[in-house]
Amino acid sequence: MQGSTIDPAKTALNYHHNSEATVEAHGVEHHDFRIQGLIVFLIAEGMIFVGLFTAYLAFRAVAPSWPPEGTPKLELLLPGINTLILISSSFVIHNADTAIKKNDVAGLRTWFAATALMGAIFLGGQIYEYTHLEFGLSTNLFASTFYVLTGFHGLHVLLGLGAMIAVLWRSLKPGHYSSEHHFGVEAAEIYWHFVDIVWIILFTILYLI
Amino acid sequence: MTQVELQEKANLPAHGEQPKVTHWREYFSFSTDHKVIGIQYLVTTFIFYLIGGVLATAVRTELATPESDFVAPDVYNSLFTVHATVMIFLWIVPAGTGGFGNYLVPLLIGARDMAFPRLNAIAFWIIPPAGLLLLSSFLVGAPGAGWTSYPPLSVVSGKPGEAIWILSVLILGTSSILAAINFLVTIWKMRTPGMGWNQMPLFCWAMLATSALALIATPVLAGALILLSFDLLVGTSFFNPTGGGDPIVYQHLFWFYSHPAVYIMILPFFGMISEILPVHARKPIFGYKAIAYSSLAISFLGLIVWAHHMFTSGTPAWLRMFFMITTMVIAVPTGIKVFSWLATIWGGKLRLNSAMLFAMGFISMFVIGGISGVMVAAVPFDIHVHDTYFVVAHLHYVLFGGSVFGIYAGFYHWFPKMTGRMLNETWGKVHFVLMLVGFNMAFLPMHKLGLEGMNRRIASYDPKFTTLNVICTVGAYILAVSTIPFIVNACWSWIAGPKAPDNPWQGLTLEWMTTSPPPPENFEKDPVLATGPYDYGMGDRRTQVEVPLDEPRNPVLAAGPDSVLRADPDPAVAAHPDDRQGESHNR
Repeated sequence: MQGSTIDPAKTALNYHHNSEATVEAHGVEHHDFRIQGLIVFLIAEGMIFVGLFTAYLAFRAVAPSWPPEGTPKLELLLPGINTLILISSSFVIHNADTAIKKNDVAGLRTWFAATALMGAIFLGGQIYEYTHLEFGLSTNLFASTFYVLTGFHGLHVLLGLGAMIAVLWRSLKPGHYSSEHHFGVEAAEIYWHFVDIVWIILFTILYLI
Repeated sequence: MTQVELQEKANLPAHGEQPKVTHWREYFSFSTDHKVIGIQYLVTTFIFYLIGGVLATAVRTELATPESDFVAPDVYNSLFTVHATVMIFLWIVPAGTGGFGNYLVPLLIGARDMAFPRLNAIAFWIIPPAGLLLLSSFLVGAPGAGWTSYPPLSVVSGKPGEAIWILSVLILGTSSILAAINFLVTIWKMRTPGMGWNQMPLFCWAMLATSALALIATPVLAGALILLSFDLLVGTSFFNPTGGGDPIVYQHLFWFYSHPAVYIMILPFFGMISEILPVHARKPIFGYKAIAYSSLAISFLGLIVWAHHMFTSGTPAWLRMFFMITTMVIAVPTGIKVFSWLATIWGGKLRLNSAMLFAMGFISMFVIGGISGVMVAAVPFDIHVHDTYFVVAHLHYVLFGGSVFGIYAGFYHWFPKMTGRMLNETWGKVHFVLMLVGFNMAFLPMHKLGLEGMNRRIASYDPKFTTLNVICTVGAYILAVSTIPFIVNACWSWIAGPKAPDNPWQGLTLEWMTTSPPPPENFEKDPVLATGPYDYGMGDRRTQVEVPLDEPRNPVLAAGPDSVLRADPDPAVAAHPDDRQGESHNR
């Protein structure tokens, strides 16, 4: 069993866990391709953002002025700090991976909790920014794309937080994660890096250029 | 010893126990067996095909007369919109990828299941609710802006049906992405020891190309639909010019998915035809690598041609030139496939059974659609026939003449494997003849209608087009009737048809090396490649390699001298199975 709470014995036709019964029945060990699956999944996720970014750039390219006249200027301080926090959290979460590879579950919990906290601060900052902006969702095209892009990214941050809480919850069970079996940890980390990379691109095209 | 005997002997079970057959109740449950899921896909999507067919018949009935008298114009709009959506998103795409892909890929590569069985089941089970959701829109005002749902029409018409359309297409897209993830990882990682990339059956190559396309293109449609739903529901103006938005951006995003979608709809059938022809022509496939790699070329080119749907949308001339050239270039890899198929059956000892007839019908009809495709790829011609019945004819020759003939070819070919029963050949041939006649009657006259300027998507037309429209409508009815012998044949044979042997067509690919129907885990052990997948008629060649069949059964590739699959005495290929997988199969 690798990082899953579902008992293979209860899913009649689930062959993809290295339970001794399946190995015995077939003489072959079944392999775990979930990391590959996750990578392929993130390509698809990335393509949604590519579509949205392309739409933003296309709107911008054909608009007579951008952002449309009368749009209040975006403050850079708060999102800048937010960006720094999110980028740092990618380094923080990497320590969790290092910890679990040394069988250090307490370290895993500490680093995951720290990352989740940083993610929560990021989300809080984003909500604070939303409430203080002087334009609404349908004020103009810039405002609409701004909210949809940052909001869609925020949703991904929230999902990442959910994944981290799930890992923390599971890590309470002794022996659930070990240096051998830590797919959940790795998946959450890879996903978090993905969210981070998307934010860097998003921050650049929305705020900087 | 012939190849068939060689291959079958190599895969004899270690002990003679009768394998368990999947229980019928399994087909109505949340099963994680890829074969059950494949059949669930096929049956479900076929039901949606019948629903889409009823809508199509209603459309044709309306068009039998020039005046709009069968249904009201806005009902007509809903009919063709839902017809197209059902046929594309609930029939051809899920039947080709989800149905045949799920059933065949693990069997063809000698795996016991897909990489993520539960994900696979989820990908299927979100389809029926999404389909019912789409059809439920008739209760509240069905979408009527065409299957493209172009803004601003789809937004200003403001029917609840448009929102339902967006939601159901988003769900179906999610299913498609989940399936693509599964196929990519399965083909990438789970091939049986000894099966390198170039020993892989061509259907798997096609599924690889299809899945890559679905993975890259479908999320972009999701992005477009998210923006469209904001316009529709929240009042933003992404695609509304009065609010500063740009409807052309929607067209770009939409076609970035929907053009590749036509390859998602046709590539699996290219793969299936490449499996069926050599078996029934009793010849090795001509140009294995050409067919395999042209699938990849088609999917790459398919991603860079989308704007050919927008030649009349104010696209600048230099850009139209780029898209015209890339579009025409797709004819090259497609032509490579068609000529390879023709060379495969050329001089072969053809068995003209139903599967082969449908496969050859597929090639003929698809070529007609392909040629009219090159025609509409040319900017000046496209401007002339844009939004006329010429385009309707073209797309039906590709998607009905191609995909649906392909589905039936696959169905007749693999029915014995799926059910353990043989289909009735006579009724299969009746089905084929009725369908071929009905199909050509329904869609061939549309070329002329389009050239003379009859508009698509409009319920009434100039009375001078009446004769041809009546022919089309009669053809559509024949097409509808042609389904009946098929349904009767399939149902009757499934219950009471003669028992099928394990390998009724003497095929060489691995799915024929297990029982019909296969046991829940497909193979007792990793199956052994005793020959290449298409080495028909190579058994008497003097260089045929003798294969050691005693335990331990080392996979040895005994391809004939002329086969592209032939294994040279290369230590990397001929060594112990554990050493032969390289990086592609980390055991």
